[in-house]
Amino acid sequence: MDKTVNHKAWFLVLPMLVVVMFSAVIPLMTVVNYSVQDTFGNNEFFWVGLEWFEETVTSDRVHEALLRNIMFSGIILAIQIPLGIFVALNMPKQGFWASFCLVVMALPLLIPFNVVGTIWQIFGRVDIGLLGFTLASLGIDYNYVNDVLDAWITIIVMDVWHWTSLVALLCYAGLQSIPQAYYQAAKIDQASRWAVFRYIELPKMQGVLLIAVLLRFMDSFMIYTEPFVVTGGGPGNATTFLSIDLVKMATGQFDLGPAAAFSLMYFLVILLVSWVFYTVMTNLDKREAF
Amino acid sequence: MARITLDTLAHSYSPRPSGPQDYALKEMTHVWDDGGAYALLGASGCGKTTLLNIISGLVRPSQGRVLFGERDVTDADTAQRNIAQVFQFPVVYDTMTVHDNLAFPLKNRGMTPGAIAARVQDIARMIGMEDKLHKKARGLTADAKQKISLGRGMVRQDVNAILFDEPLTVIDPHMKWELRTQLRQLHREAGHTMIYVTHDQTEALTFADKVVVMHEGRVVQTGTPDELFERPAHTFVGYFIGSPGMNLFDATVAGATATVAGATIALPRSYAATGRMQLGIRPEFLSLADEGLPFRVTRVEDVGRHRIVRGMVGDTAASVIVPEGHPVPADATHIRPDPAGINVYADDWRVEPV
Repeated sequence: MDKTVNHKAWFLVLPMLVVVMFSAVIPLMTVVNYSVQDTFGNNEFFWVGLEWFEETVTSDRVHEALLRNIMFSGIILAIQIPLGIFVALNMPKQGFWASFCLVVMALPLLIPFNVVGTIWQIFGRVDIGLLGFTLASLGIDYNYVNDVLDAWITIIVMDVWHWTSLVALLCYAGLQSIPQAYYQAAKIDQASRWAVFRYIELPKMQGVLLIAVLLRFMDSFMIYTEPFVVTGGGPGNATTFLSIDLVKMATGQFDLGPAAAFSLMYFLVILLVSWVFYTVMTNLDKREAF
Repeated sequence: MARITLDTLAHSYSPRPSGPQDYALKEMTHVWDDGGAYALLGASGCGKTTLLNIISGLVRPSQGRVLFGERDVTDADTAQRNIAQVFQFPVVYDTMTVHDNLAFPLKNRGMTPGAIAARVQDIARMIGMEDKLHKKARGLTADAKQKISLGRGMVRQDVNAILFDEPLTVIDPHMKWELRTQLRQLHREAGHTMIYVTHDQTEALTFADKVVVMHEGRVVQTGTPDELFERPAHTFVGYFIGSPGMNLFDATVAGATATVAGATIALPRSYAATGRMQLGIRPEFLSLADEGLPFRVTRVEDVGRHRIVRGMVGDTAASVIVPEGHPVPADATHIRPDPAGINVYADDWRVEPV
């Protein structure tokens, strides 16, 4: 059967294409453009090839920030994922208290990032902050401005406070979707509480946990606003994460070339790690089967 | 193993039931003999599953007691009761292999690995999955999963009873028959009390020694398949069992005569009941004739072994079964009941002759 050939339908894609070009492709290519050029001002640029990339890869400053970021993401994932699961397991399943818990849990997620930063910045202050003052009155030497460990603890606790709800809510949704028959069958089979968790709840939560891990990894790896507001990257460079360093480089020092190279590699690292997480988690049980 | 007694049991899912309509199970006292093979038959929503869950301890009855032998287990949990139950839809532990799924109840009871391995092999042979023992349960088809569920139900040998809640719904017809035979065989070998819930009468009648028919939260009759067929205690049993079900005719009964749709028929015995009177006559006990009840044929269905003649007696639909080889006279205007096949009902319950 002959089909009428008419490619005019492609024009329907055009508006979308224009919008995507304008909002994503052109800005991204601008960054790519900056990353391979240098300037001495007057808007005159010249080609430097991969120099900025080499500089980024070998820079100690970037290495340290990357390490700090990896450590931060590692710590908050290690806390938030188990804690989120634990909270979800203990939330009421129905009735008034279930709705109540859901609303309370959702509250931190609704607060703008810089407000979260400000809340904790004030909360932790030794002179007027509830937490800082209380700790100081108890004779505990706590000062997130000068002490590296205190700064880290503050930022991590803040992130846990801000984001554990997300993990808990995702897990809760996963748990709610488990049919009652599974719990009944487990009772009939005389399974222990641990076995119910290990063989029913955890496998059924796998999908949402994957999303939770990905979201929390990407978000924590790109964290900017909250530590910037609380510690400003200090004391020293102790809490200067990649994004904070990147902003310093780009808008503080106006090193557009290195910053562009940096951000492109930053983006690729996040993409790569997310891909690894995804692949590993979706293949977890295929590996065991044969 | 023990006799299971339900003593003045009733259950309502609402915490403050306001009347009988709130009860999923109306008050009942019922004894399941040790080692019996029972089928629990009834339409969807009649309380079969609730009753099963009460026996296994998943649901605590709002009233009455559950006894295993002489022991009151009303408040005992499922583990203490040591009961196996298979659900309507497959429940498998996705991340485990078929072998581990079958071994799971045994492991939880702390059996030795040697004993577990031997028992799992036996069960795998029974459900025909020996070659799939090392496969993950996740990737299997629905009926393979249900076979695993069945296997998990049968794997423990020391259980007090095995309860099946419409276990063969998702299994294809050929396998259904085979699994049912396996269940029968297991029953003969191990002698567990088995209660098999179904809404399929063929399944119930082929599986069980005793069939318990439930209707609207009540046990309306317990009996052998023959008893249910010949003397249904309730119009529901008559209608539900048999294909097609029992014909019911509104009648006035005076002594040993009944009047249906203006025609008078003689009853073999006299009755003295009052209330809404009905005659229940199975299609097998009706034959086309020139006299008897006025009958208007509307349709003839040939189902192979016999033909079902559908028609009207007055305003009531009725069916007659004509055996193979017998002609269906085109001008049949009446049906004649076989007196031995007439049951008399008052307000839906069967009445005995005086």
